[in-house]
Amino acid sequence: MGDSKLDLLQGTLDLMVLQTLAAMGAQHGYGIARRIEQVSGDEVLLNQGTIYASLVRLQQRGWISAEWGTSENNRKAKFYSITRVGRKQLAEDAAYWQRLSGVMGRVLSMDKQGGR
Amino acid sequence: MIDRLRQAAQRVLAFLRKAPLDADLDAELAAHLEFAIEDNLRRGMSPMEARRQALIRFGGVMQTTEQHRETRGLPWLDVLIQDLRYTFRTLKKDRSFTLVAVLILALGIGANVAVFSVVDTILLRPLPFTQPERLLWIAPPNSGHNLSAATYSVDAYEDLRAMNKSYEDVTGYYAFSAPDNVKLTIGNGEPVPLTAIGVAGNFFRVLCVKPELGRWFNDQETRTGGQVVMLAYPLWKRTFGGDRDIVGKAIQLDGKPNTVVGVLPESFDFGAVFSPGARVDMFGPINMDDIRFQGNTLTFIGRLKPGVTLGQARSEAVALFPKFYWGKKYPESLGAYKDQGWPVPLKQHVSGDLRRSLIVLWSAVALILLIVCVNLSNLLLARAAAHNKEFAMRMALGAERSRIVRQLLTESLTLAIIGAGFGLVMAWALVYWLAHQGSIALPLLYSVRIDTAALVWTIVIALATAVLFGLAPAFRMSGKDIQGTLKDSGQGASAGRHHERIRTALVVSEIALACVLLVGAGLLLRSFLRVLDVDLGFRPSNAVAIRIDYNDGNKAEKRAAILQEILRRVDAIPGVETAGISDNLPLERNRSWGITAKGADTKHERSTGNFVYVVTPGYLRAIGMRLRDGRDFRWDDATAGKEQVAIINQAGAEALWPGENAVGRIANTGGTDVRIVGVIDDVRESNVEGKPGVQTYLPTTSAQFGPEDSSLVIRSKLPPGALSADVIRALRVVNPQQPASELRPIQQIVDHATSPRRFFMVLVGSFAGLGLLLASLGIYGVISYSVTQQTKEIGIRMALGATAGRVQIGVIRRTLILALVGMGLGAVASLAVAKMIASLLYGTEPTDPMTFAGVAVLLGLVALVAGYLPARRASRVDPLVALRTN
Repeated sequence: MGDSKLDLLQGTLDLMVLQTLAAMGAQHGYGIARRIEQVSGDEVLLNQGTIYASLVRLQQRGWISAEWGTSENNRKAKFYSITRVGRKQLAEDAAYWQRLSGVMGRVLSMDKQGGR
Repeated sequence: MIDRLRQAAQRVLAFLRKAPLDADLDAELAAHLEFAIEDNLRRGMSPMEARRQALIRFGGVMQTTEQHRETRGLPWLDVLIQDLRYTFRTLKKDRSFTLVAVLILALGIGANVAVFSVVDTILLRPLPFTQPERLLWIAPPNSGHNLSAATYSVDAYEDLRAMNKSYEDVTGYYAFSAPDNVKLTIGNGEPVPLTAIGVAGNFFRVLCVKPELGRWFNDQETRTGGQVVMLAYPLWKRTFGGDRDIVGKAIQLDGKPNTVVGVLPESFDFGAVFSPGARVDMFGPINMDDIRFQGNTLTFIGRLKPGVTLGQARSEAVALFPKFYWGKKYPESLGAYKDQGWPVPLKQHVSGDLRRSLIVLWSAVALILLIVCVNLSNLLLARAAAHNKEFAMRMALGAERSRIVRQLLTESLTLAIIGAGFGLVMAWALVYWLAHQGSIALPLLYSVRIDTAALVWTIVIALATAVLFGLAPAFRMSGKDIQGTLKDSGQGASAGRHHERIRTALVVSEIALACVLLVGAGLLLRSFLRVLDVDLGFRPSNAVAIRIDYNDGNKAEKRAAILQEILRRVDAIPGVETAGISDNLPLERNRSWGITAKGADTKHERSTGNFVYVVTPGYLRAIGMRLRDGRDFRWDDATAGKEQVAIINQAGAEALWPGENAVGRIANTGGTDVRIVGVIDDVRESNVEGKPGVQTYLPTTSAQFGPEDSSLVIRSKLPPGALSADVIRALRVVNPQQPASELRPIQQIVDHATSPRRFFMVLVGSFAGLGLLLASLGIYGVISYSVTQQTKEIGIRMALGATAGRVQIGVIRRTLILALVGMGLGAVASLAVAKMIASLLYGTEPTDPMTFAGVAVLLGLVALVAGYLPARRASRVDPLVALRTN
């Protein structure tokens, strides 16, 4: 894929969405997408549209809920918020990612430290 | 896990609520873009640029919607529905193709399901008893269904029960009850003839048939018989209107009250299991002492103790049977049953003989199904050729190969399912018809029905056919190089040769398969004709039989007078050539005794089992048996104080006095010395195909041999209907109690005996016909298609001077080459198949040249016709038109 931007691993988008909602509270799709882009420093290769597949998947699993509402600039939009089950799942997934990235970090830095 | 389930449920819901969800998503995406545009405007972009950037960041509304749908719903089902819609649309457009395809499939699948039901009922399903696998039929080895050779005496029965260690119990039934042997009178109505079977009192307990109402025979009834009966379910329904209070009531049988102690369940059909094609109405307990010296009359059925194997039961039988007496009154009859007891599973006794026939039938329908598949593949290929460009275009536009295969398979599956639906209806009708053919002597046929097993079988078959006939065209179509196809059949080019090669191969295999079927059917037909040609030893045409009834108080003189009177009156009826009476009719039932030739040297007396008939003078002539030597009986034969006489058949004379003249000799049978007064030609007494056994005819005038039943046989050119009233009237003069039975043509008895062979012959024959039809359709299709494809070529050739005749000959030659190759392959396969069915043939060699030649001529003719029609079309091609079109 692109040289400069990160391609998303399967399932990572779901986790990002969950975390965003947990941190920001209820948010609409555009808001979530923007937020992820901002936080990642525009490093993530994200067609904003793909967020909707992720949203419907999380919703079907019962991890987030959705409701039509009005935005601050008075526009109708669908607002998503994380559920109790979603928070639990987020905690699990986050812990898993932390462990995995820790391991990956150690493995990948092995060459420099332990090499001949 | 719960997440997954929840998600699956949500997906189904989402699939069902597609429209509202799509609307929702549209609104959401619209809002998304508005937000983005607003943001961009705020950053100072022009409205145009704001919108463009928003769309770029969003990344395709269509893709997003599609991705959303796939994630939330059931994409495979969406695709399926899409394919189905497309399939239905194209099938509707190609109406004639659809019609032919569905019809062919329906015939193929219908035949398969119907035959499966028959095979399942007769061969696969266990007998309708409790733990039927523990029931054994005990009879001399290889006695088959010839009951005369499969019965034992009462003394042997009692010894077996007492001495065996293998069985929980042994039971049996009286094997020689005549049809319509009792008369039921209700109120003041006319007596109705019914069939009652005597069974050992423990019969139903051993088979473990629980009565619908009432009880089994009790111990006392088992010991002494008695005036009690159990009713068969159909009689109870039909005659007693399903009266649930019938148990304990008395019914009038032969003028005597009999108490009904029980009603048997619907699932129990004695005839279906033990005497195919026969109707049995009621059962009574046998009083063993009554039949102790009647000869071999009891069949043996044993229920194994749990844990005892068939092998153990067999070794026990080998050790035990030599210890039995024919009758303990005669010490010399010890050992009469040496090597005469060989237990086989009851199921094997019931359907063992049919195993091969049924397997042949099954293979025949499997061949039909194969031909159907080949034919459909062919049709689909022809059709696909027409859609060739469409598929190539789709692939050029990016459709995946798997997607196209999937769509083509959906199409064949749809066809198969529709075909299976119609096939099931056909099978149902066929099975219903078969189950109601009382006249076919096949066991359990009445209970043939389309059940769950058959439904599962239908599904399996439908799927298998769909894959078989759909796969080849599907891969051929999708595997094409797109360029070639798009270019192919452009200006001037004829159809792709490769395509046609496959179709040709298919047609050749179709012809070969049809050839195998036809040869099989031809051989069976020849065998059947041979069987019909068998010299039965009597003439069934123009003869009818009726069971008669009279009261002679068991006195021979009185009986002779009554019978003579009956015959005098019947003979006097206009149109009656001659009449006679016998206690048993050939091919219907028999009983057997021993017979011994008397000679000077008692050490070397020859003796043999024989079939015994007690007949009046004139009977032989009435049924059309031929006297070779000596004379018929006279009314003054064997009367009080005179010598006992007998007539034997040729086989009997050969067995007892080989190479000598039997007339005038003395033999001993049934404990009485008789002088042979006549010898007749052999009569097929137990079955049409087997060798005739030894037969003895004894006069009704003799006091020694009481007839048990009497059948009046009348020879007359008049149809039974025209004769009936006069005959009944004459009989009622002698006995007002004579029931109004029907006159049965003797031919009917013969037909009944040959019905299993007829049944298989007709079925295999119709399947072969179907195969031929399908093969001819295949030939026609291929030739016709190739003529259409070559219209232009033909046009050019004709423009260059080829005559119509030459063009015709060219097409027909091609057809015949196809047919010849197919027939060649088919003949080789047929030889192998014919060898396998050799044991089913009668008087016909598996290599019967007549059959093979006939099939070759038939297939050749059919191919000729199938090729001639397109050939004629080809010869009428107008060169101008052909060259101008396209």
